[in-house]
Amino acid sequence: MSVHEQLAEELALYALGALDDAERQKLEKHLEECVSCRRELELLRGDLSLLALTTAGPQPPARARQRLISAIAAEPRLPAAAPASERQQRSWWTASGWPALGWAAVGLVLVGIGLLWQNSTLHQNLASLRAQFADQGSKLEQANQTVATLLDPEAMKIELVAVGNKPQPRGKAIYQRRNRNLIFFASNLPPLPAEKIYELWLFPANGRAPIAAGLFKPDARGSATVVNPPLPADVEAKNFAVTLEPESGSHESPRGTPVIVGVGE
Amino acid sequence: MPSADPNAMTSDMALVTAIRSGDQGAMKALYDRYSSIVYSVALRVLQDTGAAEDVLQDIFMQLWRNPGAFDASRGNMAAWLAVIARNRAIDALRRRRPEDDIEEVAVSVEHDLVSEADRSRIMDKVRGALQAMPAPQRSALEMAYFEGLTHSEIAGKTGEPLGTVKTRIRAGLLSLRKVLAA
Repeated sequence: MSVHEQLAEELALYALGALDDAERQKLEKHLEECVSCRRELELLRGDLSLLALTTAGPQPPARARQRLISAIAAEPRLPAAAPASERQQRSWWTASGWPALGWAAVGLVLVGIGLLWQNSTLHQNLASLRAQFADQGSKLEQANQTVATLLDPEAMKIELVAVGNKPQPRGKAIYQRRNRNLIFFASNLPPLPAEKIYELWLFPANGRAPIAAGLFKPDARGSATVVNPPLPADVEAKNFAVTLEPESGSHESPRGTPVIVGVGE
Repeated sequence: MPSADPNAMTSDMALVTAIRSGDQGAMKALYDRYSSIVYSVALRVLQDTGAAEDVLQDIFMQLWRNPGAFDASRGNMAAWLAVIARNRAIDALRRRRPEDDIEEVAVSVEHDLVSEADRSRIMDKVRGALQAMPAPQRSALEMAYFEGLTHSEIAGKTGEPLGTVKTRIRAGLLSLRKVLAA
Protein backbone atom coordinates (compact mmCIF):
# COMPACT_ATOMS: atom_id res chain seq x y z
CA MET A 1 0.00 0.00 0.00
CA SER A 2 1.54 3.35 -1.03
CA VAL A 3 1.89 6.25 1.36
CA HIS A 4 -0.79 8.07 -0.67
CA GLU A 5 -3.29 5.24 -0.25
CA GLN A 6 -2.59 5.21 3.49
CA LEU A 7 -3.25 8.93 3.57
CA ALA A 8 -6.47 8.73 1.55
CA GLU A 9 -8.72 8.71 4.64
CA GLU A 10 -6.79 11.55 6.23
CA LEU A 11 -7.00 13.59 3.01
CA ALA A 12 -10.78 13.16 2.88
CA LEU A 13 -11.07 14.28 6.50
CA TYR A 14 -8.67 17.16 5.87
CA ALA A 15 -10.74 18.37 2.92
CA LEU A 16 -13.73 18.39 5.27
CA GLY A 17 -11.76 20.16 7.99
CA ALA A 18 -12.56 17.19 10.20
CA LEU A 19 -9.05 16.29 11.34
CA ASP A 20 -7.84 17.01 14.84
CA ASP A 21 -5.05 19.59 15.14
CA ALA A 22 -2.11 17.18 15.45
CA GLU A 23 -3.24 15.06 12.48
CA ARG A 24 -3.90 18.20 10.45
CA GLN A 25 -0.42 19.58 11.05
CA LYS A 26 1.17 16.26 10.14
CA LEU A 27 -0.78 16.07 6.89
CA GLU A 28 -0.05 19.70 5.99
CA LYS A 29 3.64 18.92 6.26
CA HIS A 30 3.21 16.08 3.80
CA LEU A 31 1.09 18.23 1.48
CA GLU A 32 3.88 20.81 1.21
CA GLU A 33 6.03 18.18 -0.45
CA CYS A 34 3.56 15.98 -2.34
CA VAL A 35 2.10 17.08 -5.67
CA SER A 36 -0.24 14.11 -6.08
CA CYS A 37 -1.76 14.54 -2.62
CA ARG A 38 -2.29 18.25 -3.32
CA ARG A 39 -4.02 17.32 -6.56
CA GLU A 40 -6.17 14.74 -4.77
CA LEU A 41 -7.08 17.41 -2.21
CA GLU A 42 -8.24 19.76 -4.99
CA LEU A 43 -10.39 16.95 -6.42
CA LEU A 44 -11.86 16.18 -2.99
CA ARG A 45 -12.67 19.85 -2.50
CA GLY A 46 -14.29 19.80 -5.92
CA ASP A 47 -16.48 16.85 -4.91
CA LEU A 48 -17.35 18.58 -1.65
CA SER A 49 -18.21 21.82 -3.43
CA LEU A 50 -20.91 19.85 -5.24
CA LEU A 51 -22.18 18.70 -1.86
CA ALA A 52 -22.33 22.37 -0.84
CA LEU A 53 -24.19 23.25 -4.01
CA THR A 54 -26.98 20.80 -3.12
CA THR A 55 -28.14 23.41 -0.59
CA ALA A 56 -29.16 25.71 -3.47
CA GLY A 57 -32.60 27.20 -3.11
CA PRO A 58 -32.97 30.06 -0.68
CA GLN A 59 -32.39 33.52 -2.18
CA PRO A 60 -30.81 36.21 -0.02
CA PRO A 61 -33.14 39.06 0.92
CA ALA A 62 -33.02 42.26 -1.17
CA ARG A 63 -31.55 44.16 1.77
CA ALA A 64 -28.38 42.03 1.51
CA ARG A 65 -27.81 43.25 -2.06
CA GLN A 66 -28.36 46.85 -1.01
CA ARG A 67 -25.98 46.40 1.89
CA LEU A 68 -23.24 45.19 -0.46
CA ILE A 69 -23.88 47.97 -2.98
CA SER A 70 -23.60 50.60 -0.23
CA ALA A 71 -20.42 49.00 1.10
CA ILE A 72 -18.64 48.89 -2.27
CA ALA A 73 -19.75 52.46 -3.05
CA ALA A 74 -18.22 53.54 0.25
CA GLU A 75 -15.01 51.72 -0.57
CA PRO A 76 -14.04 52.53 -4.18
CA ARG A 77 -11.19 50.25 -5.20
CA LEU A 78 -9.24 52.86 -7.15
CA PRO A 79 -9.59 56.08 -5.18
CA ALA A 80 -8.61 59.06 -7.35
CA ALA A 81 -5.60 60.91 -5.98
CA ALA A 82 -6.02 64.66 -5.58
CA PRO A 83 -4.94 66.20 -8.91
CA ALA A 84 -1.48 67.73 -8.79
CA SER A 85 -2.80 70.94 -10.38
CA GLU A 86 -5.09 71.65 -7.37
CA ARG A 87 -2.23 71.31 -4.96
CA GLN A 88 0.08 73.42 -7.10
CA GLN A 89 -2.33 76.34 -6.86
CA ARG A 90 -1.68 76.61 -3.13
CA SER A 91 1.96 77.78 -3.22
CA TRP A 92 4.08 78.96 -0.34
CA TRP A 93 4.09 82.39 -2.03
CA THR A 94 0.36 83.04 -1.86
CA ALA A 95 0.04 81.38 1.50
CA SER A 96 2.67 83.55 3.17
CA GLY A 97 1.76 86.94 1.66
CA TRP A 98 4.11 89.71 0.49
CA PRO A 99 6.60 90.96 3.12
CA ALA A 100 6.52 94.75 3.41
CA LEU A 101 9.67 96.31 4.84
CA GLY A 102 13.50 96.51 4.79
CA TRP A 103 16.37 94.10 4.10
CA ALA A 104 14.82 91.47 6.26
CA ALA A 105 11.91 91.55 3.90
CA VAL A 106 14.23 91.25 0.89
CA GLY A 107 15.94 88.31 2.59
CA LEU A 108 12.60 86.71 3.20
CA VAL A 109 11.65 87.23 -0.44
CA LEU A 110 14.90 85.53 -1.56
CA VAL A 111 14.26 82.62 0.77
CA GLY A 112 10.71 82.54 -0.59
CA ILE A 113 11.92 82.41 -4.19
CA GLY A 114 14.27 79.56 -3.27
CA LEU A 115 11.43 77.65 -1.59
CA LEU A 116 9.14 78.32 -4.53
CA TRP A 117 11.72 76.87 -6.90
CA GLN A 118 12.13 73.84 -4.62
CA ASN A 119 8.36 73.51 -4.35
CA SER A 120 7.96 73.64 -8.10
CA THR A 121 10.71 71.03 -8.63
CA LEU A 122 9.08 68.71 -6.08
CA HIS A 123 5.72 69.10 -7.80
CA GLN A 124 7.31 68.31 -11.16
CA ASN A 125 8.91 65.18 -9.67
CA LEU A 126 5.59 64.20 -8.12
CA ALA A 127 3.74 64.71 -11.39
CA SER A 128 6.36 62.63 -13.19
CA LEU A 129 6.06 59.84 -10.60
CA ARG A 130 2.27 59.94 -10.91
CA ALA A 131 2.53 59.66 -14.69
CA GLN A 132 4.90 56.69 -14.33
CA PHE A 133 2.57 55.08 -11.80
CA ALA A 134 -0.45 55.57 -14.07
CA ASP A 135 1.51 54.16 -17.03
CA GLN A 136 2.59 51.09 -15.04
CA GLY A 137 -0.97 50.63 -13.75
CA SER A 138 -2.25 50.71 -17.30
CA LYS A 139 0.39 48.17 -18.45
CA LEU A 140 -0.46 45.91 -15.50
CA GLU A 141 -4.16 46.08 -16.32
CA GLN A 142 -3.39 45.19 -19.96
CA ALA A 143 -1.29 42.24 -18.79
CA ASN A 144 -4.07 41.11 -16.42
CA GLN A 145 -6.60 41.25 -19.23
CA THR A 146 -4.29 39.29 -21.55
CA VAL A 147 -3.74 36.57 -18.95
CA ALA A 148 -7.46 36.51 -18.07
CA THR A 149 -8.31 36.00 -21.75
CA LEU A 150 -5.71 33.25 -22.15
CA LEU A 151 -6.95 31.40 -19.09
CA ASP A 152 -10.68 31.94 -19.48
CA PRO A 153 -12.15 28.46 -19.99
CA GLU A 154 -15.04 30.06 -21.88
CA ALA A 155 -12.79 31.92 -24.32
CA MET A 156 -12.91 30.54 -27.87
CA LYS A 157 -9.66 28.83 -28.83
CA ILE A 158 -9.28 28.00 -32.52
CA GLU A 159 -6.11 26.54 -33.93
CA LEU A 160 -5.32 27.22 -37.57
CA VAL A 161 -3.54 24.53 -39.59
CA ALA A 162 -2.55 24.14 -43.24
CA VAL A 163 -5.59 23.49 -45.44
CA GLY A 164 -6.31 19.76 -45.70
CA ASN A 165 -4.29 18.82 -42.61
CA LYS A 166 -5.95 17.13 -39.66
CA PRO A 167 -5.24 19.03 -36.41
CA GLN A 168 -2.59 17.20 -34.38
CA PRO A 169 -2.13 17.22 -30.59
CA ARG A 170 0.09 20.17 -29.72
CA GLY A 171 1.42 21.86 -26.62
CA LYS A 172 3.40 24.94 -25.76
CA ALA A 173 5.30 25.29 -22.46
CA ILE A 174 6.56 28.71 -21.41
CA TYR A 175 8.98 28.31 -18.52
CA GLN A 176 10.81 30.92 -16.48
CA ARG A 177 13.38 29.14 -14.34
CA ARG A 178 14.23 32.17 -12.18
CA ASN A 179 10.71 32.53 -10.76
CA ARG A 180 9.59 28.91 -11.24
CA ASN A 181 6.80 30.17 -13.49
CA LEU A 182 5.37 27.69 -15.97
CA ILE A 183 2.45 28.19 -18.31
CA PHE A 184 1.44 25.31 -20.54
CA PHE A 185 -1.22 25.27 -23.24
CA ALA A 186 -2.31 22.13 -25.08
CA SER A 187 -4.73 21.67 -27.94
CA ASN A 188 -6.27 18.87 -29.98
CA LEU A 189 -5.57 16.30 -27.29
CA PRO A 190 -7.53 13.06 -27.75
CA PRO A 191 -10.38 12.53 -25.24
CA LEU A 192 -9.20 10.72 -22.11
CA PRO A 193 -9.94 7.00 -21.82
CA ALA A 194 -11.69 5.93 -18.60
CA GLU A 195 -9.56 6.27 -15.45
CA LYS A 196 -6.73 8.04 -17.29
CA ILE A 197 -5.36 11.53 -16.92
CA TYR A 198 -2.75 13.63 -18.73
CA GLU A 199 0.39 14.65 -16.86
CA LEU A 200 2.95 17.30 -17.78
CA TRP A 201 6.63 16.60 -17.09
CA LEU A 202 9.68 18.82 -16.86
CA PHE A 203 12.91 17.10 -17.96
CA PRO A 204 15.85 18.69 -16.10
CA ALA A 205 18.93 19.68 -18.12
CA ASN A 206 21.16 17.82 -15.64
CA GLY A 207 19.69 14.52 -16.85
CA ARG A 208 17.96 13.70 -13.56
CA ALA A 209 14.52 12.10 -13.37
CA PRO A 210 11.58 14.03 -14.89
CA ILE A 211 9.67 16.27 -12.49
CA ALA A 212 5.87 16.13 -12.27
CA ALA A 213 4.48 19.47 -13.46
CA GLY A 214 0.73 19.02 -13.20
CA LEU A 215 -2.14 16.66 -13.92
CA PHE A 216 -4.86 17.90 -16.24
CA LYS A 217 -7.94 16.95 -18.20
CA PRO A 218 -8.68 18.66 -21.51
CA ASP A 219 -12.03 20.23 -22.29
CA ALA A 220 -14.42 18.87 -24.92
CA ARG A 221 -12.32 20.47 -27.68
CA GLY A 222 -9.09 18.88 -26.43
CA SER A 223 -7.71 22.13 -24.98
CA ALA A 224 -6.09 22.41 -21.56
CA THR A 225 -4.00 24.87 -19.57
CA VAL A 226 -1.61 24.33 -16.67
CA VAL A 227 -0.53 27.43 -14.77
CA ASN A 228 2.32 27.59 -12.29
CA PRO A 229 2.31 24.06 -10.90
CA PRO A 230 4.45 23.60 -7.78
CA LEU A 231 8.06 23.07 -8.96
CA PRO A 232 11.38 22.80 -7.13
CA ALA A 233 13.59 25.90 -7.14
CA ASP A 234 16.16 26.67 -9.81
CA VAL A 235 15.74 23.74 -12.18
CA GLU A 236 17.07 24.26 -15.66
CA ALA A 237 14.76 22.52 -18.11
CA LYS A 238 15.88 20.56 -21.13
CA ASN A 239 12.46 19.61 -22.33
CA PHE A 240 8.80 19.07 -21.50
CA ALA A 241 6.46 16.21 -22.32
CA VAL A 242 2.91 15.08 -21.70
CA THR A 243 2.07 11.46 -20.89
CA LEU A 244 -1.17 9.57 -20.52
CA GLU A 245 -1.21 8.21 -16.96
CA PRO A 246 -3.48 6.03 -14.82
CA GLU A 247 -5.68 8.42 -12.84
CA SER A 248 -5.08 6.65 -9.54
CA GLY A 249 -1.82 5.84 -7.82
CA SER A 250 1.40 7.80 -7.63
CA HIS A 251 2.12 10.57 -10.12
CA GLU A 252 5.69 11.20 -9.04
CA SER A 253 7.32 9.48 -12.03
CA PRO A 254 6.01 8.65 -15.52
CA ARG A 255 4.31 5.26 -15.84
CA GLY A 256 2.23 5.84 -18.94
CA THR A 257 2.78 6.54 -22.61
CA PRO A 258 4.09 9.83 -24.08
CA VAL A 259 1.54 11.86 -26.04
CA ILE A 260 3.47 15.00 -26.98
CA VAL A 261 7.10 15.93 -26.37
CA GLY A 262 9.01 19.19 -26.76
CA VAL A 263 11.11 19.89 -29.82
CA GLY A 264 13.18 22.71 -28.29
CA GLU A 265 13.17 26.39 -29.12
CA MET B 1 -32.86 36.02 -11.32
CA PRO B 2 -29.79 35.01 -13.29
CA SER B 3 -31.81 34.54 -16.47
CA ALA B 4 -32.84 38.20 -16.37
CA ASP B 5 -29.27 39.32 -15.81
CA PRO B 6 -28.21 41.62 -18.66
CA ASN B 7 -24.65 40.37 -18.15
CA ALA B 8 -25.66 36.71 -18.37
CA MET B 9 -23.38 36.20 -21.35
CA THR B 10 -20.39 37.86 -19.72
CA SER B 11 -17.91 35.27 -18.50
CA ASP B 12 -16.90 35.12 -14.86
CA MET B 13 -13.32 36.01 -15.74
CA ALA B 14 -14.47 39.06 -17.74
CA LEU B 15 -16.45 40.21 -14.69
CA VAL B 16 -13.45 39.66 -12.42
CA THR B 17 -11.27 41.66 -14.83
CA ALA B 18 -13.81 44.51 -14.76
CA ILE B 19 -13.92 44.37 -10.95
CA ARG B 20 -10.14 44.71 -10.94
CA SER B 21 -10.67 48.07 -12.65
CA GLY B 22 -13.09 49.09 -9.89
CA ASP B 23 -16.25 48.47 -11.94
CA GLN B 24 -19.10 48.42 -9.40
CA GLY B 25 -21.60 47.26 -12.06
CA ALA B 26 -19.51 44.11 -12.66
CA MET B 27 -19.52 43.46 -8.93
CA LYS B 28 -23.33 43.70 -8.87
CA ALA B 29 -23.56 41.29 -11.85
CA LEU B 30 -21.29 38.77 -10.08
CA TYR B 31 -23.38 39.12 -6.92
CA ASP B 32 -26.62 38.54 -8.86
CA ARG B 33 -25.08 35.45 -10.42
CA TYR B 34 -23.69 33.78 -7.30
CA SER B 35 -25.20 35.32 -4.16
CA SER B 36 -27.86 32.61 -3.86
CA ILE B 37 -25.16 29.90 -3.86
CA VAL B 38 -23.13 31.61 -1.13
CA TYR B 39 -26.24 32.44 0.91
CA SER B 40 -27.76 28.94 0.63
CA VAL B 41 -24.56 27.24 1.77
CA ALA B 42 -24.09 29.66 4.68
CA LEU B 43 -27.76 29.30 5.71
CA ARG B 44 -27.56 25.49 5.63
CA VAL B 45 -24.55 25.58 7.97
CA LEU B 46 -25.59 28.43 10.26
CA GLN B 47 -29.40 27.96 10.27
CA ASP B 48 -29.69 31.71 10.85
CA THR B 49 -30.57 34.22 8.15
CA GLY B 50 -28.75 37.17 9.76
CA ALA B 51 -25.54 35.20 10.23
CA ALA B 52 -25.80 33.86 6.65
CA GLU B 53 -26.17 37.45 5.35
CA ASP B 54 -23.01 38.41 7.25
CA VAL B 55 -21.06 35.60 5.57
CA LEU B 56 -22.48 36.66 2.19
CA GLN B 57 -21.41 40.26 2.73
CA ASP B 58 -17.99 39.24 4.02
CA ILE B 59 -17.19 37.02 1.02
CA PHE B 60 -18.31 39.50 -1.64
CA MET B 61 -16.47 42.37 0.09
CA GLN B 62 -13.31 40.25 0.07
CA LEU B 63 -13.79 39.69 -3.66
CA TRP B 64 -14.29 43.42 -4.14
CA ARG B 65 -11.12 44.24 -2.22
CA ASN B 66 -9.11 41.45 -3.78
CA PRO B 67 -10.65 40.21 -7.05
CA GLY B 68 -7.28 38.64 -7.95
CA ALA B 69 -8.02 35.99 -5.31
CA PHE B 70 -10.03 34.19 -7.96
CA ASP B 71 -8.42 33.09 -11.18
CA ALA B 72 -9.33 30.36 -13.60
CA SER B 73 -6.64 28.05 -12.20
CA ARG B 74 -8.54 27.97 -8.88
CA GLY B 75 -11.35 26.18 -10.62
CA ASN B 76 -14.93 26.94 -11.37
CA MET B 77 -16.30 30.12 -9.76
CA ALA B 78 -19.53 28.53 -8.49
CA ALA B 79 -17.64 25.65 -6.88
CA TRP B 80 -14.93 27.92 -5.49
CA LEU B 81 -17.49 30.25 -3.90
CA ALA B 82 -19.46 27.30 -2.48
CA VAL B 83 -16.34 25.95 -0.76
CA ILE B 84 -15.37 29.37 0.59
CA ALA B 85 -18.95 29.98 1.81
CA ARG B 86 -18.96 26.63 3.60
CA ASN B 87 -15.56 27.26 5.21
CA ARG B 88 -16.49 30.78 6.34
CA ALA B 89 -19.84 29.63 7.69
CA ILE B 90 -18.17 26.85 9.68
CA ASP B 91 -15.69 29.41 11.05
CA ALA B 92 -18.64 31.60 12.08
CA LEU B 93 -20.46 28.62 13.59
CA ARG B 94 -17.47 27.69 15.67
CA ARG B 95 -16.77 31.35 16.46
CA ARG B 96 -13.21 31.17 15.30
CA ARG B 97 -11.04 33.28 13.08
CA PRO B 98 -11.12 32.35 9.37
CA GLU B 99 -8.76 29.41 8.95
CA ASP B 100 -7.79 29.92 5.35
CA ASP B 101 -7.31 32.86 3.05
CA ILE B 102 -9.62 32.90 0.05
CA GLU B 103 -6.49 33.10 -2.10
CA GLU B 104 -5.33 29.70 -0.83
CA VAL B 105 -8.42 27.71 -1.76
CA ALA B 106 -8.16 25.72 -5.00
CA VAL B 107 -11.05 23.55 -6.13
CA SER B 108 -10.99 21.13 -9.04
CA VAL B 109 -14.37 20.35 -10.61
CA GLU B 110 -14.55 18.54 -13.90
CA HIS B 111 -18.21 19.38 -14.46
CA ASP B 112 -19.58 22.43 -16.21
CA LEU B 113 -21.37 24.55 -13.61
CA VAL B 114 -21.65 27.83 -15.50
CA SER B 115 -25.37 27.75 -16.26
CA GLU B 116 -28.17 27.09 -13.82
CA ALA B 117 -29.31 24.18 -16.00
CA ASP B 118 -25.86 22.54 -15.75
CA ARG B 119 -25.78 23.07 -12.01
CA SER B 120 -29.26 21.67 -11.59
CA ARG B 121 -28.39 18.52 -13.59
CA ILE B 122 -25.26 17.84 -11.50
CA MET B 123 -27.12 18.60 -8.28
CA ASP B 124 -29.75 15.97 -9.13
CA LYS B 125 -26.91 13.44 -9.43
CA VAL B 126 -25.36 14.47 -6.11
CA ARG B 127 -28.71 14.43 -4.29
CA GLY B 128 -29.35 10.98 -5.79
CA ALA B 129 -25.95 9.81 -4.52
CA LEU B 130 -26.73 11.12 -1.03
CA GLN B 131 -30.11 9.39 -0.99
CA ALA B 132 -28.51 6.13 -2.10
CA MET B 133 -25.95 6.17 0.74
CA PRO B 134 -26.62 4.16 3.91
CA ALA B 135 -28.06 6.59 6.47
CA PRO B 136 -25.09 6.43 8.91
CA GLN B 137 -22.67 7.17 6.04
CA ARG B 138 -24.70 10.16 4.82
CA SER B 139 -25.11 11.41 8.36
CA ALA B 140 -21.33 11.22 9.10
CA LEU B 141 -20.55 13.08 5.89
CA GLU B 142 -23.14 15.79 6.58
CA MET B 143 -22.08 16.23 10.20
CA ALA B 144 -18.50 16.77 9.07
CA TYR B 145 -19.36 19.01 6.13
CA PHE B 146 -22.33 21.05 7.29
CA GLU B 147 -21.74 21.08 11.03
CA GLY B 148 -17.95 21.30 10.93
CA LEU B 149 -17.46 18.46 13.40
CA THR B 150 -14.14 16.63 13.59
CA HIS B 151 -14.15 12.85 13.32
CA SER B 152 -13.57 12.58 17.09
CA GLU B 153 -16.58 14.81 17.75
CA ILE B 154 -18.72 12.72 15.38
CA ALA B 155 -17.55 9.54 17.12
CA GLY B 156 -18.42 11.13 20.49
CA LYS B 157 -21.85 12.20 19.26
CA THR B 158 -22.80 8.92 17.63
CA GLY B 159 -21.03 6.60 20.06
CA GLU B 160 -19.27 4.84 17.21
CA PRO B 161 -15.56 3.93 16.99
CA LEU B 162 -13.28 6.54 15.45
CA GLY B 163 -12.14 4.17 12.70
CA THR B 164 -15.74 3.50 11.66
CA VAL B 165 -16.44 7.23 11.36
CA LYS B 166 -13.32 7.76 9.26
CA THR B 167 -14.16 4.88 6.97
CA ARG B 168 -17.76 6.06 6.55
CA ILE B 169 -16.72 9.54 5.56
CA ARG B 170 -14.17 8.28 3.07
CA ALA B 171 -16.65 5.74 1.64
CA GLY B 172 -19.29 8.46 1.34
CA LEU B 173 -16.94 10.66 -0.65
CA LEU B 174 -15.88 7.77 -2.86
CA SER B 175 -19.47 6.86 -3.69
CA LEU B 176 -20.14 10.52 -4.48
CA ARG B 177 -17.21 10.57 -6.91
CA LYS B 178 -18.32 7.30 -8.49
CA VAL B 179 -21.80 8.65 -9.21
CA LEU B 180 -20.37 11.87 -10.65
CA ALA B 181 -17.95 9.99 -12.90
CA ALA B 182 -20.74 7.79 -14.29
